Amino acid sequence: MLRRTLAIAVKELLQLRRDPRTALTLLGMPMVMLLIYGYALSFDVQHIRFAVVDQDGTRASRDVAQAFLQSGYFDLVSQGRDPRVLDTLFDSGRVQAALVIPSGYGVDLAARRSTALQFVLDGSDSQTATTILGYARQIVGSVSPVIRKNARDAAVAPVPLVWYNPDLSSARFLVPGLLAFILMVTSVIATALAVVREKERGTMESLRATPLVAIELLIGKTLPYLLLASGAATGALVIARLLFDVHVRGSLVWLAAVTLLFLAASLGWGVLVSTVAETQQVAFQLGLLSSMLPTFILSGFIFPISSMPPALQLITHLVPARYFLTALREIILKGAGPEVWWNQAVGLLVYGAVVLAVATARTVRSL
Amino acid sequence: MNGGSPQPAVVARDLTRTFGPFVAVDRVSFEVRPGEIFGFLGSNGAGKTTTIRMLCGLLAPSSGSASVLGFDVATQAAEIKRRIGYMSQRFSLYNDLTVEENLRFWGGAYGLFGAEMAGRAEWAVVTADLEHSRHALVRSLPGGYRQRLALVAALLHEPPIVFLDEPTGGVDPEARRRFWDLIDELAAAGKTVFVTTHYMDEAERCHRVALMHAGRLLALDSVPDLKSVFPQGTVVEVTCGRPAQAMARLEELPGVVEVALFGERLHVVLGDPAVGASLARSLDAVGCENATVRAISPSLEDVFIHVIARAEGEAA
Repeated sequence: MLRRTLAIAVKELLQLRRDPRTALTLLGMPMVMLLIYGYALSFDVQHIRFAVVDQDGTRASRDVAQAFLQSGYFDLVSQGRDPRVLDTLFDSGRVQAALVIPSGYGVDLAARRSTALQFVLDGSDSQTATTILGYARQIVGSVSPVIRKNARDAAVAPVPLVWYNPDLSSARFLVPGLLAFILMVTSVIATALAVVREKERGTMESLRATPLVAIELLIGKTLPYLLLASGAATGALVIARLLFDVHVRGSLVWLAAVTLLFLAASLGWGVLVSTVAETQQVAFQLGLLSSMLPTFILSGFIFPISSMPPALQLITHLVPARYFLTALREIILKGAGPEVWWNQAVGLLVYGAVVLAVATARTVRSL
Repeated sequence: MNGGSPQPAVVARDLTRTFGPFVAVDRVSFEVRPGEIFGFLGSNGAGKTTTIRMLCGLLAPSSGSASVLGFDVATQAAEIKRRIGYMSQRFSLYNDLTVEENLRFWGGAYGLFGAEMAGRAEWAVVTADLEHSRHALVRSLPGGYRQRLALVAALLHEPPIVFLDEPTGGVDPEARRRFWDLIDELAAAGKTVFVTTHYMDEAERCHRVALMHAGRLLALDSVPDLKSVFPQGTVVEVTCGRPAQAMARLEELPGVVEVALFGERLHVVLGDPAVGASLARSLDAVGCENATVRAISPSLEDVFIHVIARAEGEAA
């Protein structure tokens, strides 16, 4: 049993070595994807094209404008006194946000009267607009108590304290998700292709005439890809640390254990795909769709599961990345031990066992 | 059948396989003796591959039964797989592996390892005449060598019987001849060879040949005995200028059983050798002048055509 499984695994490794492009793609793609997504998929909005219309021209008004510019999020594009230029600035897209300080602002403040600032936003991209508005509130909020203090009028201001990801960096939040996403997609496709290739070439027929049984074939075929995917995962974590400053706070051993569980589950899914597909092309499409979309949408990678409708929340239990992602965030961001995420590991274990059992049963039937 | 001889290598009893309404193999019964080269001759779609796949435990029979080396194909497929060699119709080696890597893989699939594996791989390389190509990628080998490699790869675990499904498809005649020399060697060494083919010249090299057509087994015998369905002098070859016209005329003549066109020539089966002398005159009458008629020894193809025609006549 062991010998026959090993024969398959060795053969698969030899074929991978003979086809370095596939091996390199499998190994390198996760890292490249992490780079691309890591930089592109940032929820942090920076370099906001910004205009200031200061109709007041007092020291107080200059302080507010300065607070915006010093926040690091805003790039000053235009500065003036006339608010009518804003129409053309927004229409042409040269400006995303503008601060209008009405005349009398400085006087009102000095007189301790309540006063108003106007903040104009391009709302065509609501996600970005909401983020910018959040920045603006924060900046104005940080400026006003100072002003009030100068006016000897103590005020209570909320001081937010964010744990685990103190500067709310999206990279830190996204990297575990990306890791799950990338590993799922590559391992599903790699195994599905590897099995279907045998069908297409006609070697499957000869394999079936040997004493090899389904489970030996499946384990032998997935083992090399498990190794490769583990290498890719390690590479992705190194990149995450070097470029996105994402440190693993928890135990690397637990991280590896959970990752292996997840990989086994997704490789099982790949085998299942291969029992349905007859050609490599179909296997590729099916593998991509069935792994990418659920992992992207239903795993909590980008859209929080807790804010989904209850029916959809139930469906997320069928997505292995959901369990992996939760455990991964616990381990990487919080440094939590298995007592916190053991149920996620159980989820992965059950998922992997069911998928592999179904895949084996289906392979046996086709054998 | 022949008492005192050892247990048959293969026994099929009313073996049948249907795919929906289509009957691929229809109540086929035969026995294969140990150590013989048993040929399954038939055109594409005759049911040869379906039969071989049932015998190798790859496909369950719809009805009837079969056993290989005493093991039932329906219930003991695992036992059978361990003891047989099988070379499928489709090329069964990995093109992106070398000769030696392929041998080691296929040996490993049968559980061979260590010194035994090395010894068998060496035997295979020598037998297939690939000593100088052991580290060459299979992709780079000529077709004939690949075919021989596929054969020895199926023999690594020393099975007493090997099933070859159209093993020489797509290789040149010289490579086919060398392949069959190898089959002769195997039979001489006591192995049973079950081979399907649609090449008549290959079937001639089998000890016994089963003729299959449309899922039915029409005849089974040694090649000389198959040919003896035609009495001496009843098969003649007719050569003339307008073969198509001559064929139409000959079919009308009394005493002519069958006419088959082989290229420019006609093979005519006569009910009585005496009719042969009058053929040329009959052809003259329809404008096919200068026809030559000579008695020939029947080919397996003549037998094949005759048997099929007879079976279809019976069915009609």
